[in-house]
Amino acid sequence: MPQTVFAPWENPDEKPLIQFRNVTKRFGDFTAIDNLDLDIYTREFFALLGPSGCGKTTLMRMLAGFETPSSGSILIGGQDMAEIPPNRRPVNMMFQSYALFPHLSVWDNIAFGLKREGKDRGTIETRVADMMRLTRLEKFARRKPHQLSGGQRQRVALARSLAKAPKLLLLDEPLGALDKKLREETQFELMDIQEKTGTTFVIVTHDQEEAMTVASRVAVMDEGKLVQVATPDRIYETPNSVYVADFIGDVNIIEGRASQSGDRVLVSWAEGTTPLVAATEKHLSKDQACYLAIRPEKITISETEPDTANRLQGEILDIGYLGNISTYHVKLPTGHVIKAQSTNTRRIARRSFTWEDKVWLSWTDTAAILLER
Amino acid sequence: MLRRLTLILIPYLWLLALFLVPFLIVVKISLSDVALARPPYMPQLDLAAGLSGLKDFFSQLDLENFWFLTSDDLYWKAYLSSLKIAAFSTLITLLVGFPISYAMASARSEWRPTLMMLVILPFWTSFLIRVYSWMGILSQNGLLNSFLLWTGLIHEPLTILNTPTAVYIGIVYTYLPFMILPIYATLEKLDISLLEAAEDLGCSRLTAFWLVTVPLSKPGIIAGCFLVFIPALGEFVIPSLLGGSRTLMIGKVLWEEFFNNRDWPVASAVAVVLLLILIIPIILFQRNEQKNREAGQ
Repeated sequence: MPQTVFAPWENPDEKPLIQFRNVTKRFGDFTAIDNLDLDIYTREFFALLGPSGCGKTTLMRMLAGFETPSSGSILIGGQDMAEIPPNRRPVNMMFQSYALFPHLSVWDNIAFGLKREGKDRGTIETRVADMMRLTRLEKFARRKPHQLSGGQRQRVALARSLAKAPKLLLLDEPLGALDKKLREETQFELMDIQEKTGTTFVIVTHDQEEAMTVASRVAVMDEGKLVQVATPDRIYETPNSVYVADFIGDVNIIEGRASQSGDRVLVSWAEGTTPLVAATEKHLSKDQACYLAIRPEKITISETEPDTANRLQGEILDIGYLGNISTYHVKLPTGHVIKAQSTNTRRIARRSFTWEDKVWLSWTDTAAILLER
Repeated sequence: MLRRLTLILIPYLWLLALFLVPFLIVVKISLSDVALARPPYMPQLDLAAGLSGLKDFFSQLDLENFWFLTSDDLYWKAYLSSLKIAAFSTLITLLVGFPISYAMASARSEWRPTLMMLVILPFWTSFLIRVYSWMGILSQNGLLNSFLLWTGLIHEPLTILNTPTAVYIGIVYTYLPFMILPIYATLEKLDISLLEAAEDLGCSRLTAFWLVTVPLSKPGIIAGCFLVFIPALGEFVIPSLLGGSRTLMIGKVLWEEFFNNRDWPVASAVAVVLLLILIIPIILFQRNEQKNREAGQ
């Protein structure tokens, strides 16, 4: 049986849960969000990714109701949120600092929102117990936040924000305070919980690996604008700009001038070199400035001249040994330094290349992405 | 080791010389009898008489003065009235001080040092001069009455000076900074995201204030209340300058026993009882501080 892929954004009949329409937010002279349109669908795990100050947190705080747009409107479930204060929105937020109430126990923290709804004691107790089971906090019910570890506090914050069963959960850098190993574990836990509860998650992060791991779609932001909104694999494999290609993962950018014939483009990039070949669906005018983005892992490194569309000779400048893979920095005669990665299938003692070796770099005509900006 | 010992020893020697020894002298006087002599009490310790002199000395000490305090209702009324005035003025100071602290803590950060300065500024003038100037403000033809008559709100001057109201005004005015500063210190540390979290979880602004801001500023409120209550209980200058003869406070009674009646033993007994009353809130205060320190770790 073929499994249906979760992709509501490709279905024109699907109604988005969240709609940003021409939203602009200014703080004095500073424009934090610049005329932004965005649709987010039910059950999505949507990541807002960008460097600090790009407006991603402002976007989230507008969803929670802590900031109001300077112009434009935000709709949740078709309803305009302009007049609705944070305490009446079907939205809960997990704060970056966790914002756990220090004077309340874990149990009371989780029950806080339910008590405000005026639920009866039995309902509250069952719900809190469910949340504590979901986040594996049963043993810590009576502890105060300062008696918990960072990872446990993170789980309390998550349980508290999920307790009211919001339509939409906002997560502001939820894993920022955890160490790398715990963060990776928690990423999978988050995905698991998102699937179990069926809640729509919007996560803000500056960690591209985190965004790629957890999200169904990623929005890359820069200076208050969305640069690209797509699934993680498309963001990585077909970035729409040098900014995205550079922000997500490692990349080599080669600047040049285009001359197109059909779906092949020859890029002349330096004096006295063979033009590089790349496949594209774009149409470029003659001598238009363009960029080639090539991921290091798509470049093959070899001793002898290979028979590939693009090949360049250079000298190894540096080797970054990461255990499973090595990154080679290869200096070309033109002065460019190209990064190439290869998997260390052999033991390090038998590594074929070392510093100052002359090597060949090669990649196919489909490996490079041609970008106009 | 020696260094640590000296470090610990210095404050203890200080307390011993400047608190415990004078206190023991006061206790001794409170157990003595009044005498027309200089100093005006007996017995005097005569070390020259040796052991029998010491024995004689101790045999003359008794609790007579403490019994005397219970025989005249002036004293327990004064204690009770002091407790009442101190408690009420602490409450008023809290009600006035909390909003000021709250406003200071929510002011823009570049304004805060200035506001803090304004709170501390009155301390730069002598306390006595400030209380005297309140006499000028509150008297029959003082500034306040002139102003109220001028606005037409009243047609007869109000009698404020020499009433309990004037004492409350004086105490609240004098001790307000002691309430504001500790509360401000706790409110300033309050993480704004906690209030946002409370709102996010369904609280209105008011319930968020009540469920988050107030409980989290409790250490400051308690510290401020003790810092006002303890000195207000033994206050002498404010009731005698602003309260007139009708306001009964134990500090004033003590002064009169000591200087007007020259009855040092009874005055000492009054002081010892006052200290015993004060020890209870002081112990409670220190326990609160300790609990906060433990919670902070």
